[in-house]
Amino acid sequence: MSEPIEQAEQAARAEQAEPRSLTRSETEWQRVSPRYIPVDMIGTLVFGAIATTAGFLPFWFGWREGWFIGAGLALIFIITLALTPRRVRSIGYLLRDDDLLFRRGIMFQRFVAVPYGRMQLVDISRGPIARAFGLAELKFVTAAASSGVLIPGLPLAEAERLRDHLVAVAETRRAGL
Amino acid sequence: MTDPHQAGDAREQAAPARPLARTDFADGEWHRLHPATPLFRGGIAFVAIIGVLIVNLRDRLIALFVGADDDDFVNGGDLESDAIDYLVREQLVLVALLAGIGLLLLIIAGFWLSWRVHMFRITDEVVEVRSGILFRTNRKARLDRIQGINIARPFVPRLFGAAKLEITVAGNDASVPLAYLRGTDADALRRDILLLASGAQRPAAAPDAVGAAGAAAVGSGEGIGGMLEQRAAELLAPELDVEVAQPQSVVRMNPGRLIGSTLLSETTIILVAMLIALTVFIAITGELGLLLAMFPGLIGLGGFLVTRITRSLRYSIASTPDGVRVGFGLLSTTNETLPPGRIHSVKVSQPLLWRPAGWWQIAVNRASRSSQNGAAGQQQTTILPVGNLDDVRAVLRLLLPEVATDEATPALEQGILGRDVDGGWIVSPPRARVLRWFSRRRNGYLLGPTAVLLRTGAIWRSLTVVPLTRTQSVAVRQGPVLRALRLGEVHVHTVAGPIVPAIGALDRLDAMRLFDDVAAASVRAARGDTSHRWRQA
Repeated sequence: MSEPIEQAEQAARAEQAEPRSLTRSETEWQRVSPRYIPVDMIGTLVFGAIATTAGFLPFWFGWREGWFIGAGLALIFIITLALTPRRVRSIGYLLRDDDLLFRRGIMFQRFVAVPYGRMQLVDISRGPIARAFGLAELKFVTAAASSGVLIPGLPLAEAERLRDHLVAVAETRRAGL
Repeated sequence: MTDPHQAGDAREQAAPARPLARTDFADGEWHRLHPATPLFRGGIAFVAIIGVLIVNLRDRLIALFVGADDDDFVNGGDLESDAIDYLVREQLVLVALLAGIGLLLLIIAGFWLSWRVHMFRITDEVVEVRSGILFRTNRKARLDRIQGINIARPFVPRLFGAAKLEITVAGNDASVPLAYLRGTDADALRRDILLLASGAQRPAAAPDAVGAAGAAAVGSGEGIGGMLEQRAAELLAPELDVEVAQPQSVVRMNPGRLIGSTLLSETTIILVAMLIALTVFIAITGELGLLLAMFPGLIGLGGFLVTRITRSLRYSIASTPDGVRVGFGLLSTTNETLPPGRIHSVKVSQPLLWRPAGWWQIAVNRASRSSQNGAAGQQQTTILPVGNLDDVRAVLRLLLPEVATDEATPALEQGILGRDVDGGWIVSPPRARVLRWFSRRRNGYLLGPTAVLLRTGAIWRSLTVVPLTRTQSVAVRQGPVLRALRLGEVHVHTVAGPIVPAIGALDRLDAMRLFDDVAAASVRAARGDTSHRWRQA
């Protein structure tokens, strides 16, 4: 019954909100190191090579029409590789007054806001490739498994500074479970 | 068989201490559990083993007295018969008997020793348990981290007046069980622990009503006859103490509704479908082999339904000063107290088949996992297995007193039954119809002063309430499909549980607004939250 109003509202909204994505007003995002791009690409390459090889197995074992499995996998990994720089550039975090804002993804956008007081622990971990590039990843863990704040590609010194900062702020804003 | 006496003696010894409102368990000293604990824990298995032995030796015993033919030894295992024949032949019966008795004594000594070293204490800060003979364990739990206290009375211990108290803290397998205690002690101990945990000063509040009731109950226990009488009284007593909760704050289960709701559940439908399929199959093929194959499954399903009903009988939810108390069970009873602020989200939902009857169920997310199963046989997350709208209102008020206030009632009603934007709800825009075919006008949210309400589903209706003091984080997401429709989805993260609070197919601006508002409001709410010390002003 409120259909005309809704349509008008919709039209108005469509005008004022031209972008379809979740654009935000924040501009001063902290970005991850550009050195993370090769790290991510090497990881994708290794995994992609293994998966593609496995995908071609039916073809090599005599299933002539089976080539499309391996080829499809190869295509997916090539596209992933090509998009890696953009994807890495989309990762960002922002230390606001009371919470940590984290974003990632271009095709699948995700923004998370975690109050500092909800922190249960902070994890810094380094894989072999990331270590070769002097990078580390920082994980902010809350009581909810789905929070999923994982900031990759931080230079080690910065990751440690960020960790100490987060722990200090969490202590002053401590909240229960 | 000596244990009832033992328990009775111990009870009479404890009787003089009764009139005190506080148990002396919470005095910070080490205490032992109920003397009959080994019997309840290992004894049942022990009796079962002896039973199996007797059944296996039955034929031999009969043969011994009646003198049957050797051909009749079909049931007795060959191994057993041979072993006994061997013993008789070699005249080792006496040795074997002595060895058996020795083993028995050793086992009893082991049980006794493990009871001796199993001790617990409750101080102002922690509850601590140590146990084990060879592998010692020591477990401490902070009182202000308690997520719930559960008192379970399995059928056999219940006959002896014993109960199991379990203190749960956040996390998997994070509970401190005290099994077993005397039933009245368990109730009093729970009250004391909650009092200590609540942050109230020790001498300040000591409700003597229950203490007096306990004393009266013990007072009647004179001799064995009196003791039996008292056991019977305990067994038949109403599951919920009248003194603990005000009658107007109690929600009870109607047995007819319970049976009806179980019959209208998915399990029953599967059962009926299986029966029909089976009948048709047998009628067509005339083959009975399938019946045998399906039989265990059918029995299992039927058993599940019966258990569900018997466990949920005498269900009650009540408000106490120290939180919500959920109790249920006919033969084995369980009741659990959830202190305030331990409920991370609440979901009111309605299975499709319950719709004509107007029944609803309520589930919660909580940080602890109790080892005790809930009323429906699953984890204790279903707080109200079935109830009508009045029950739902009352239970919401009990679970989230700061959210379900009088002013919030219309909003909650809208959340349960309503649709469209009435009452300030924000729903999906018309273009979301592609994704929410029937529920487009219902799919929405409302951010209240103390909670965020998420309303979904027109066919399977549900309302999720997440108190802002308990949200861990909030996320807004958009994939390619939502992007094409200029929509977004919002997830409110809470501790893991059956509820995943999320709302999809919102206008992207609404989604962003909800995200920002929840992020800001939850920071504010967490700052003013004192529920871990709920009685401390």
